[in-house]
This record gives sequence, C-alpha cells and structure tokens, in this order.
Amino acid sequence: MLEISGLTATIDGKQILNGIDLIVPTGEVHAIMGPNGSGKSTLSYVLSGREGYEVTGGTAQFDGKDLLAMTPEQRAATGLFLAFQYPVELPGVNNANFLRVALNAQRRARGESELDAIQFLKLARAETKRLSMPDDMLKRNVNVGFSGGEKKRNEVLQMAILRPRLAILDETDSGLDIDALKIVADGVNALRGPAFSALVITHYQRLLDHIVPDRVHVLAGGRIIRSGGPELAQELEANGYAGMVAEAA
Amino acid sequence: MTAAMQTGVSAFLARFEGLRAQLPGDPAVRAAAAELLRDAGLPGRREEAWKYTNLRQLAEATFHEPLTRLDDCDALLARLPRLDAPRLVFVDGRFRADLSEVPDGVSFEQFAHTGDFGTLARPERERMVALNTMLAEDGASIAVAEDVDAGLLQLISLASEIAGRTIAFHPRHAVRLARGARLTLLEISLGTGVYLHNPVSELHVAEDATLVHVRLQDESRGAFHVSTAYAEVAAGGTYDSFMLSLGARLARSELHARLAGAGAAVHMNGAQLLSGNQVADITTVVRHDAPGCASRQTVKNVLAGRSRGVFQGRIEVARGAQKTDGYQMNQALLLSPEAEIDCKPELEIFADDVKCSHGATVGELDADQLFYLRSRGVPEAEARAMLVRAFLAEALDAVAHVAAREVLERAVSAWWEREAA
Repeated sequence: MLEISGLTATIDGKQILNGIDLIVPTGEVHAIMGPNGSGKSTLSYVLSGREGYEVTGGTAQFDGKDLLAMTPEQRAATGLFLAFQYPVELPGVNNANFLRVALNAQRRARGESELDAIQFLKLARAETKRLSMPDDMLKRNVNVGFSGGEKKRNEVLQMAILRPRLAILDETDSGLDIDALKIVADGVNALRGPAFSALVITHYQRLLDHIVPDRVHVLAGGRIIRSGGPELAQELEANGYAGMVAEAA
Repeated sequence: MTAAMQTGVSAFLARFEGLRAQLPGDPAVRAAAAELLRDAGLPGRREEAWKYTNLRQLAEATFHEPLTRLDDCDALLARLPRLDAPRLVFVDGRFRADLSEVPDGVSFEQFAHTGDFGTLARPERERMVALNTMLAEDGASIAVAEDVDAGLLQLISLASEIAGRTIAFHPRHAVRLARGARLTLLEISLGTGVYLHNPVSELHVAEDATLVHVRLQDESRGAFHVSTAYAEVAAGGTYDSFMLSLGARLARSELHARLAGAGAAVHMNGAQLLSGNQVADITTVVRHDAPGCASRQTVKNVLAGRSRGVFQGRIEVARGAQKTDGYQMNQALLLSPEAEIDCKPELEIFADDVKCSHGATVGELDADQLFYLRSRGVPEAEARAMLVRAFLAEALDAVAHVAAREVLERAVSAWWEREAA
C-alpha cells in the first residue's frame, strides 16, 4: 500500500507539490489526471527519488517503509517502478545486459538468488513474446534509435521483467498510436492482481479506456482537488479541467 | 630553451658520443640530429606543438643505456595476450629472436643490421624524432609483398627493470606494404619501472594496400612513452589506426599521415584512459595532398583523478585536394573535478570543394542516464561503471579486427577493475 500524506516539494526553490494526500491500497490501480504544470511529473520523480527535488514536508510510505529515506535503487528493490515519460537513451549499453544487471541488483538487495545469463534470457524472451515485441529489442542499445512508441514499449518490457509491486506510469500514453497504446495497456493489465498496484499519470482519458482504474484523482496546483471512480475521467473528458479547477480554487 | 631542457639533452648527447662508433646507419644523419638537439634541446612548452605537454620531468630524469640482454622476461611475457599470431619481441629496445616468431608472407629485418632511416621521418621538425635518430639502435623493418595478405602480426616492446637503473631506448621501425598487400599490426608496449620508450615508425601503404595498425600503450606507470609515427598512403590505399593509451606517467603519441594518392583513406581513432597524475597526449596531423580522400578520427578520453588528457588534431588540405572528406571528433568524460582535457582542433584548407568537420564534447556522466539506471535498481557505483564502460565500448567499436579488439577490450576491463577497486 502506498500512503502519501501532506507531501510538499520544491524544485529550484519553487513549490510544486502543495500537500498531497493519497492512498493506493495494494491490488488497486489509481489514475492521476491533471492539466499541464499541475505537478504530475514532479510527484512521480519525488516518489522515485530523482535528484533536484526537495521534499519540504509530509511523508510517503510504501508498505509501511519510508520511501523518501531511500536511494532510487533501494526504492526499486522494494518494488517501485517508474515508467518514464521520456525514456533515456543509453548508447553502448545493451538492453538485455542492462535488464539483467538491474534485475539481479534488485534480487541481490532483496536477498534472492541471481539469475544466470541463460535463465535471464529465457525470461526476457518469454516477456518480449508475450508483449508482441520483436526479439531484437533485447539486442539493441537501450532506447538508442528507438521510435517514441518503441521507447514506451521498452518501458513496459522492463516493467514486465522487473515485476514491480507498485508501478508509476508517467504519461506513458503520450506519443503513442492506438496499437502501441494497446500493447502498453495489455502490459499493465497483465500485471494486475492482488499484489500489484499502479499509479497511472495521464493528461487524457484515452489510456483509461484500456487500463480501467479503481480510482481517479485530479491533481491541480500541486494538490489533489477531487477523487472519484472511473466516471470522473469521463467527466473530465467531457468538460475539461477548467471548471473543476475553478471550483476547487 | 630552459636549463632543464638543455641539461636533459646533454646526457643523451654524452651517450651518443660514447656510442656513435657502434651505431648502425649513416653517421651523417645521426650527426645532423645531434647538432639539432645540441642547438635546440628537448621540445619545450613555448613551442606550439608542445604547449600542453611538458617534458620537464623527462628532461630532469637521468637515463642510462639498457644493459645487455636480460634473460628472464617471463613475468613480462605472461602479461601479453595469448594470440595465435606471430610476434616480433623487443626487450629494452633490442630484438629478441629467441622470443619471436617471424611470420610467413612478411620479410623482416632488424634496424640494427640495415641502419635504414627511411624517408618519412623529419628529425629537423620533430626533436623527439631527432633524439631517436641520434640514438636508435634497433627496430623492426617489415615488408609485405604485392597482393599478399599477411594476416595479424604482433610487434611487442617490453621494458625490463633493473633496480635503480633508469633506461632509455629509441626503436626505429618501418612497415612497407606493396601494392594490394594487407597487414594487421598489433603493437603492444608494456614494462616495469622507470624508462623512456621513444619509438619512431614509418608506415608506407602502397596503392590499394591496407594497413590496420592497432596499438596498446600499457607502459609502466613510471614510464615515459613518446612515439612518433609517419604514414604515407598511396591511391586507393587505407591506413586504419587505433591507439589505446592507458599506461605511462607521460605519454605522447604523435601521428602524421599523408594521403598522397586519389581515393586514399586514413582512420586515426583512439582512446585514452587516465588516472592519478597521468598525462597523455594524442597529437595528429593528417595531410590531404590528393583529391577524393577521406580521413576519419574519433578520440575518446576517460579521465579520473588529477589526470590530464591532451588532444591536438590538425587537418591540412592542399590546394589540389578537392572532394576531401575530413572528420574529427574528440570526446572526454571527466570522472573527477580535478581531471582536465586540453583539446585543440585545427583545420588548414587550401582547396575550395571540401567537407571538413570537427567537434569536441567534454562532460561528466549524464545525470539523467544515472538516474534511469538507478531507478531500475542498479546501485550508483555500478551504474557509473556501466556508463563509463559503455562510453569505452563505443570507442572500441572502431576496431574491426575481432582478435585485436578483444585484446583492447581485455585491457580496458583490466584497467577498469584496477581503477574501480
């Protein structure tokens, strides 16, 4: 379970998060929607531990552990995964090798045995196939020369292999055509279950047609101004953010 | 000239006086080189070509001549890669037939026997070459006949250590490929102790011939390595070189390449991995003297500690060298705030229909890349290592010869294991 309480954060001295209160129970998928500049990406970076964001107040706990006290790699080993809005290119780093190093580092941190090259390749090939991705995705350098859609699919492949307990998807739908969107949604839906939670951050309702959330939260001005069921996304799609933001102000 | 540069040269001159009657080759050539050094000393930082690399420490050291042959080279030989390829081994600058295997398809002679100074070296312009010319005792003279593919040949330089004795040696090598010939020359330099290795090589690539020249400079951390190579490439010929520099306290690898015939190609790639107080300098001059030639150069530097890398790259395009295609890139990754790179690209173009470009990047590890790796669970130290190795892997991609590249990859891995420890 993810429990965020009164979370405030600044970047370069500018306050972006103004007291976030949010609970995502284990097994649920929640969506966070909001206009540009509302703090959506900041929330995902603060939760995953990116440098440059200063937490000025509040707490964020995952299964009772203080997320904010951990390094990014410790958060990953605990089960947190951030699917990047802009996945980073790693020239000279082979995708399969990268994933094996990452998976084994997490397993090591959790006191589990590491996978050897053959065990890993078996797992990676199975996941690649299940997500209808070409095998050569594993052989290429991480995200180098990938199209926008391929990069997002690579994020989903990483998620499928690393098997997080909490996934944060930061505008994973941006720049995707409908086929890629379905692959991404299928990847997330395949992980859904009693031990998996997700925070789906999006600007549009479109992705939520494919990943149907248990709850929808609206983020504006660094605060959650409304929460509701999946129907809230429909309402936003029909009426836009302006009215809701004005009402909350 | 500073006092140090004058003093530095006087010991070498004294040694020349003692040795001159026994040295091979034309005595007039040596006497002229000695005259130059007597007048001008070792190159100093007031000279443009040596602005970033100070030979003062070299000038202040006292070098002795190598003693007669050392029989026990096992420890040094054990450090060589195991390759199924013939090798020419020099210990302290002298050929060791007992450790060497002369290949088929190649004719080999010792400089000690021929005394042939060749035609490309310019002791009157490069004074470390003058020093070599004055004192060269031995070296490899290699020739490959027309249309012969001589495969892979190793040219090995080992420097032995006798406690308290600082030696200097100045090998004189030559490689001549006849029309259509091919050779991959893997040159490896390593040693122990404090010494000066000051080789001069000339490389003749005839029409449609290909010389692949892969060098691994893994000298002792107390050593000085100053090498100067001159390559001349005829029409349709290719000189493809890669220099991996990771040893020596001070290393300078100077390469002059002349594209002498239409359609010739030169690749002068390299990488320098430095730490501690090391200084390493890659200086290149490529001269396009014929039309339709291409030169390509990518040099990558990984600099840790208080090390300093120098890259000086000059492209000259003569008046008639139309349709020249020149490219040069120098990239540096600084792993410590005290590391430094000095980079000086120069273009001198006298033709009007040419394409020449150069660029340089200097930086630390990319923060976004680091966070991306860490967000996937890779611990910070491991993430840093992955990114440095990726940068290096990209550099070594330029070496197409698989066995030679593997030798360099192992050297890079060993370097990283040492430095990361």
